[in-house]
Amino acid sequence: MKKDSAEFAVEMIGISKSFGHFKALDNVDLRVRTGTIHALLGENGAGKSTLMKILYGLYSGDAGEIKIDGETVDIRNPKQAISHGIGMVHQHFMLVENMTIAENIVLGSEPTKSLGRLDHALMNDMIRDFGKQYGLEVDPEEVIMDVSVATQQRVEILKALFRGVDILILDEPTAVLTPQEIDSLIVTMRSLVADGKTIIIITHKLKEIMAAADDCTVIRRGKLVGTVRVSDVTEKDLASMMVGREVKLTTAKDKAKPGEKVMEIRNLTVKDARGIPQVRDLSMHVRRGEILAIAGVDGNGQTELIEAITGLRKSESGEILVNGVDIANGMPIDTHNAGIKTIHEDRHKRGLVLEFNVGENLILETYKEKRFSGRGPFISWKKVDDYAERLIEEFDIRPADCSMQPVRELSGGNQQKVIVARTVEQEPDLLIACQPTRGLDVGAIEFVRSALVEQRDQGRAVLLVSFELDEVLDIADRINVIYNGSMVADLDPEETDEQAIGLLMAGGGQ
Amino acid sequence: MFTGVFSSTNRIMQVIVDSVPIAMTGLAVAFAGRTGLFNIGAEGQFILGQITGAIVGFYVPMPPILHPLFIILCAFAVGGLYAGFAAWLKNRFNIHEVISTIMLNWIAYYFMIFIVNMKSVKVPGSQHSPEILDTAKINFFHRDFRTTAEGQALSESSPFLRPFIRTDAGYAIIIMLITALLLWLILKYTRLGYELRAVGYNRYAAEFSAMPVKRNALMSMFISGGVAAVGGAMLVMSTSYYITMLGTTEGYGWDGISVALIASNHPIGCVFAGLLYAALKFGGLEIQSRMRAPTEIINIMIGTLVLCIALAPALPRLAERLERKE
Repeated sequence: MKKDSAEFAVEMIGISKSFGHFKALDNVDLRVRTGTIHALLGENGAGKSTLMKILYGLYSGDAGEIKIDGETVDIRNPKQAISHGIGMVHQHFMLVENMTIAENIVLGSEPTKSLGRLDHALMNDMIRDFGKQYGLEVDPEEVIMDVSVATQQRVEILKALFRGVDILILDEPTAVLTPQEIDSLIVTMRSLVADGKTIIIITHKLKEIMAAADDCTVIRRGKLVGTVRVSDVTEKDLASMMVGREVKLTTAKDKAKPGEKVMEIRNLTVKDARGIPQVRDLSMHVRRGEILAIAGVDGNGQTELIEAITGLRKSESGEILVNGVDIANGMPIDTHNAGIKTIHEDRHKRGLVLEFNVGENLILETYKEKRFSGRGPFISWKKVDDYAERLIEEFDIRPADCSMQPVRELSGGNQQKVIVARTVEQEPDLLIACQPTRGLDVGAIEFVRSALVEQRDQGRAVLLVSFELDEVLDIADRINVIYNGSMVADLDPEETDEQAIGLLMAGGGQ
Repeated sequence: MFTGVFSSTNRIMQVIVDSVPIAMTGLAVAFAGRTGLFNIGAEGQFILGQITGAIVGFYVPMPPILHPLFIILCAFAVGGLYAGFAAWLKNRFNIHEVISTIMLNWIAYYFMIFIVNMKSVKVPGSQHSPEILDTAKINFFHRDFRTTAEGQALSESSPFLRPFIRTDAGYAIIIMLITALLLWLILKYTRLGYELRAVGYNRYAAEFSAMPVKRNALMSMFISGGVAAVGGAMLVMSTSYYITMLGTTEGYGWDGISVALIASNHPIGCVFAGLLYAALKFGGLEIQSRMRAPTEIINIMIGTLVLCIALAPALPRLAERLERKE
């Protein structure tokens, strides 16, 4: 099935693609050597996903040629892509939640007995053996909604392999994994490559490229920057290639000078919508002048904890003391009045009104204040506009004349800058930042992280909730690890490391 | 159809007069729509406005000018509370406003029949309530003026005044325009309007920003219902003068949904959309009589037009998809 003669498993030559007037890809070349792990690196919106979607037949390119194993092919839809041996694992898994692992994998080519009845026994055996063959062991009878994200990812990979693909595209595969799970994914990728498969990973995490990839192609704003052997370059080189300038990979900061406690949570229990406790008897505190990071894998109670603090969810028991006043079971307005301002993890759902322009979004929490008021019940849009223009300049929100532009039209990084500007301008006692850099590119991450450090230096308490250990270790002054709804550790970042935290995040060490 | 509408100034004026009630229900639906609520109950609120107009217009004698103003105030309050009830149901019991307002439409409709049927209300030997007092009418010229010698003479001598005399044209037109302007101002320039729009576009972000989402839903439905009811009251005060036992609802509220749709929920747009819709209906009658086309065909034509207009925002996306297919 495989032609060993072809040097490149995939060749994409001179690929261009425009959306309206926007050139997403401009004459990009990609050559992936057979039997290697090839990283595709670029900032958000650089065009790396677009390129892969063209390869997988989800988009058609405006120009260019695709060769698989040296032969020119025409891929119009994913079905054709699969028939050419190309499989893709999307960032958001496409699994049927209430079916078993085996059922998900065989979906579309189920083994049947007479009268078209599913042959469960055969199917389960088949999947068990199939998993073993690739070192991706799974229990075929488990139901998808009961298994971890890492297992779901394994199922997605198996699903692609089951369809006989030789070239596997992984879109941001590590975004949802713990450090240990990432390590095991890298091992899996290596064994697949040893087996003759070719893997392309889309990512903007440099560390993983250094650890896993053989080659790396960098794209910036739809143009090819270059392809390098990973062994020849450093992390810093890749970062500069991606952003187009020198970048700092760590945030500069002095030692924290923590002051008094701004918020103290005592024995908090919060149930989710189904009535299952997600936060269990949790206690913690944040001080003025420090960044406290809550590290943990998604789904360990972070969401419910923040919802309880911000007044979106009722708590069962316990206290949330802010400057000595209990705000548990309050309304969002109580949280605001207590001096807590929050950068929500879901900026499109909770952080912004996408149809509103930048100015309108900047006053979302302060529109009642006198400085924006005209006569009587009127808002003075002139004053709002002046305010917006000042913040746009101060926070370098681009494009520079965007105050009247719907915030929907801004890039993710600039949308986040709008939220950061709005939050910081209110001079909160406690700034809560949930996943503040999710989906942002290196430049914007740099900006957000230094903004948080600056807030700390001005004597404010900062609470960071992040699933990214890099981020936690980069800016936290103190780390609390959350597991299964409780804080399992209170750590000094200087006395711990990624492996230790990762173990705690996964429930070990208890 | 075109000639039917534009062949004489009288007819143009008639279209304008006809546009007032559907523009009002259109404004009601559009205002609620801007704030994220789908007020299907404009029909019921409109009917309550009609009842209020007929009852207060006959039973509460008042001096001219004050009388219509009082009726408008009452109608606004009644319609507002009626729609507000739907918002309360939503806030308190999480009942979707589409369901509750549809139900409330029928309650309003049968309530009107009940009122007209009351012994003390129904005019003996007829199927309707008594005609409202002259003080409550808001036409520019009294209807009887048309047939007086003086009126005949004036409309002959002044082509400008003729359409005002020969139709039911009245202050309702002006009130409708003021309403549209007012709603636009509220939405665009006030803190309340800013809040309402924020809640309408993204209630989750509004809630997170500590805006009173529930109170805003109540407020929005109150204003919306009030506007629809004023539309109903003005129809009684300028055209029908009483309420009748109807075999079915008149559908002003439903037309309002189409109007709001055509105007993409913009208050000023509703004025023009109301005119267009009224012209379609009026012109439709013309087709009916001249070409002997059945009403159904005309309604299909109107429906097709509304559908095409509603589809317009989707066209660029459609085009892009076609392009991609190539």
